[in-house]
Amino acid sequence: MPSTEVKYEYLEHTADAKFRAYGKTKEDAFANAAEAMFNVMINTSKVDCKHREDIIVNAPEIDELLVEWLSELLFLFEVDFLAFGEFKVENITEKDGEFELSGHACGEEIDLERHEIDTEVKAVTYNDLRVEETENGYMVQVTVDT
Amino acid sequence: MESGNKITDLLTKIDDNIWEIPEDYSPGMNVPGRIYLSDKLIRDLEPETLDQVANVAKLPGIQKFSMAMPDAHLGYGFPIGGVAAFDEEEGVISPGGVGFDINCGVRLLRSNLTVDEVRPKMKELTERMFEAVPSGVGSKSRLRVTDSELDDIFLHGSKWAVENGYGEKTDLEHCEGGGCIEGGDVGNISIKARKRGRPQAGTLGSGNHFLEVQYVDKIYDQEAADAFGLEEGQVSFMIHCGSRGTGHQICTDNIKTMSQASKKYGIQLPDKQLACAPAQSEEAQNYFGSMICAANYAWNNRQMITHWTRDVIADTFRSDIDELGLELVYDVAHNVAKLEEHEVDGKKKNVYVHRKGATRAFPKGHKEVPLKYRDVGQPVLIPGSMGTASYVLHGGDRSMDISFGSACHGAGRVMSRSHAKKEFQGEDIKMQLEKRGITVRSAHPAVIAEEAPGVYKSSSEVVNVVHELDIARKVAKMMPMGVIKG
Repeated sequence: MPSTEVKYEYLEHTADAKFRAYGKTKEDAFANAAEAMFNVMINTSKVDCKHREDIIVNAPEIDELLVEWLSELLFLFEVDFLAFGEFKVENITEKDGEFELSGHACGEEIDLERHEIDTEVKAVTYNDLRVEETENGYMVQVTVDT
Repeated sequence: MESGNKITDLLTKIDDNIWEIPEDYSPGMNVPGRIYLSDKLIRDLEPETLDQVANVAKLPGIQKFSMAMPDAHLGYGFPIGGVAAFDEEEGVISPGGVGFDINCGVRLLRSNLTVDEVRPKMKELTERMFEAVPSGVGSKSRLRVTDSELDDIFLHGSKWAVENGYGEKTDLEHCEGGGCIEGGDVGNISIKARKRGRPQAGTLGSGNHFLEVQYVDKIYDQEAADAFGLEEGQVSFMIHCGSRGTGHQICTDNIKTMSQASKKYGIQLPDKQLACAPAQSEEAQNYFGSMICAANYAWNNRQMITHWTRDVIADTFRSDIDELGLELVYDVAHNVAKLEEHEVDGKKKNVYVHRKGATRAFPKGHKEVPLKYRDVGQPVLIPGSMGTASYVLHGGDRSMDISFGSACHGAGRVMSRSHAKKEFQGEDIKMQLEKRGITVRSAHPAVIAEEAPGVYKSSSEVVNVVHELDIARKVAKMMPMGVIKG
């Protein structure tokens, strides 16, 4: 188990990309998962924060909420051609069996050269999906289809 | 499975190239698993792939076996190379059994050009193709379709392209299902899926998708080659792509619904990605209607790319499409679910066949094989990896009996993309390929490393398995001359 200093790590997967993200809180782990996913596609350290996108998503389960959050970011990447480099999840709440996430991502229009386009992520899968409480906080695990 | 076990210890060898995962491999399996692999290929199979085949065997109403083709490797939910058929009434439909890239598939365009005529113009040809066919992450089409045009594409597939000047009537006859599945329903397609679909009609995409210039290196079966219009030394063009963002979104939307539906109908899921619903339920039929739309979108996509490719070839060789003999040989889907008639326990019945990285391989005489090919069997197109051979086969006599009329869809990965990027440099691979006379043009250099020839199984080894099993028989081998990657 890596220390909470490690934001995320990639696991071996033959066809797709699989990663674990960590955080002291669920919110931090979800935000780090978004960074892990974007680093499959681009070099997030080259992205300037010029545009902020506020995001609210809902799901009936906490792990599905994670898929919703990542899928929404992926949608914005493709449709609005936005590269994101900074991610913040402000709040994850549960009410009457429905989970809600509010957060934001910060970035700019994709620059094919500067952002070093890497592997295209097609979608976020439910395969071996995990949101777990650990000794140091939270661990989430995601497999994305590439 | 426990570590330390040899993979073959867990399996029962039924015959050459046929391995069974017994029903007691894992609790809850309704049928055994069947994996079609040679003694050599089975050594490279990841143990987790067996678990995925076993998981699919646990879904309700599965018929005969949960199967994996010789290019099988670890997927998400279903294995890649997975084939499973479910009873029309008692079975399920699972979006994960089709995957995100709905109707990802391959088509082959023949020509009258010879390798000697084309070789001196390869640089110009690949450059012009790269310009003409939008590719890469975030690529947008040369045309932006309206919402009503998108509906027409969703409902009519390749027919839309042909009716709008992107191809010929014969293209439809030489395509699986005529380039369209009937019964699409646009009513449940989300705004997001539409938004992603509108700007991408006629784009290649990224990842393992490609447009390749090839030449016929060897003919194995003269009669079938004559029927397909193939001969040694001839240049052909292969297009590999799918339904782009619209397919990804339709799958994403429906897995979410199906996850709840699985609970509602009390289906125990060994893996959430296998979310499914009873075949006749509202949820399953809504998905199926939307999936058909995505499949049709993909056929239209490949048709538009075909049209632009023909234009470039005609222009480069200062001739016309008829003179150059630029006819479509065939087009196959390799990520799709279809309602098909099959024989199970001696009785004919309708089943939903899910092919997740597997190609149809209907034999001679089957009513869904185009008339032109009915005496030999449908063309089965199996692309190799970048820089290695691709194969054309014809559907074999035993395919209906042992694999629900299915064959492998490619070589099958053995190395992850991240590992590949550590192992290979895009520029080095490009230079090595160019030394071997293969021109490479790519939107993003990383893709070349990810798709390096060394990350795949040997395509010839994989193809030999389906050939020996008589699932599909070898007709021709093609070697690459130039490749355009996303």
